[in-house]
Amino acid sequence: MSAGSIIAVLLLAFVGTPVLGLVFKWVDRLLTARIQWRKGPPFYQPFADILKLLGKETLAGERASVGTFLLAPLLGFIGITVSAAVLWAVVLKPDTGFVGDLIIVVYFLVFPALGIILGGSASGSPHAGLGASREMKLVVAYELPFILAIAAVVLNAAGVEHAVPSFRFAQIHDAQSLSGPLLGSVSGFLAFLCAVAVTQAKLGLVPFDQAEAETELMGGAILEYSGPALALIYLSRAMLLFVMPMFVITVFWGGLALTGWGLLWTILKFVVLLIVIVLVRNTTARLRIDQAMTFFWFVVTPVALVACAISLQAFRGS
Amino acid sequence: MAVLDKLKLWGLKKSPWVYHVNTGACNNCDIEVLELLTPRFDVERLGVLLVPSPRHADALLVTGICTRQIRPRLQEIYRQTPKPCLVVCLGACALSGGIFHDAWHFAGPVDEVIREVDPDAMIVYIPGCPPKPEAMIAGIAKALAQL
Repeated sequence: MSAGSIIAVLLLAFVGTPVLGLVFKWVDRLLTARIQWRKGPPFYQPFADILKLLGKETLAGERASVGTFLLAPLLGFIGITVSAAVLWAVVLKPDTGFVGDLIIVVYFLVFPALGIILGGSASGSPHAGLGASREMKLVVAYELPFILAIAAVVLNAAGVEHAVPSFRFAQIHDAQSLSGPLLGSVSGFLAFLCAVAVTQAKLGLVPFDQAEAETELMGGAILEYSGPALALIYLSRAMLLFVMPMFVITVFWGGLALTGWGLLWTILKFVVLLIVIVLVRNTTARLRIDQAMTFFWFVVTPVALVACAISLQAFRGS
Repeated sequence: MAVLDKLKLWGLKKSPWVYHVNTGACNNCDIEVLELLTPRFDVERLGVLLVPSPRHADALLVTGICTRQIRPRLQEIYRQTPKPCLVVCLGACALSGGIFHDAWHFAGPVDEVIREVDPDAMIVYIPGCPPKPEAMIAGIAKALAQL
């Protein structure tokens, strides 16, 4: 990649993604307000929230391990920024990348949850510890169907190209330009549904927000955070609201296009995913943590396994 | 840097997150606070969010007379709130004890309790029993304008 492309990708990941993430967060709050027959905040609200939090002092509990407590939000931020950089590089130049860059992105997308777990455990508060343990259980529940869903579409993409399956964004991009979005097939659509369910859990939104659980745990894992550390957590959550749909669109729905009618179609895809996420968030109740684990292990994982089986059959046949 | 400070102040004015503390109220003021979040008054237009933890709060909405039991706890909650923060004394009870002024369990109006911990605390007074939601919104808006 040329120097210009590298600078463009870094700018998009470090500046563009936070801004777009905060805009998506505003859309989320506006849609939530409208669903509740309210007016909702003005468009600059998430930016005002971040600026305000930067001006507050940082407090830590008596029993907190202060180093880990303050570095944990940075871990989440790094994870999302690296994933965003790889995804933007795929959007700008689909042929670059390396074998396994899909696995890198999946790996770095675990970091936000890890940051919550570490930060909650280091807070020195029983509420935060409980929130951290719930987040750990959620991660154990949803990572498996996520990887199975991705494996199903990777097999589909390899089958389209009659090549060896490599977990590589370039292969997925080429397969989708040849034969349309990977969610067009039965196995692809089932895998897409699993990915959307996992997205809701990764974003920590109802029905899977047990880690934060406002009315039960008083903020759960992020209870003790204040000031710039809380601003980083808020920003990471907002960026994840943008990066997760971007990942799902890139892998399942034909990828992003930045020129011409493709741009309009891309924006429409983002809007549809955001509306699904916000509607589910506002019309369901929070599950108990054991109900959430049962849901991911015994409903989402079998669907993902079925998708993998169909893909494997088709791949062997081709 | 002056520009950054101005931006942070703008952020504080546009995004006051509130934490509700009931220091022995009859619940009437608390119900009126909850009404602020309903579609009729919708304080989220002003950026007000009800947060679950004092660590996230910019304003403490204190209702109720400060009973003897909760007096040290209210001071601890104030210490746990990161500065700059406002303390909003909501209702006649928080202002002066209201009709419970001569009761055995009354431990001082809220502003004296807070000033014991921090003499420079920013305190907002909203009278009423209970204050109307319009009065509460007016009070918060005036306080933010004075920051």
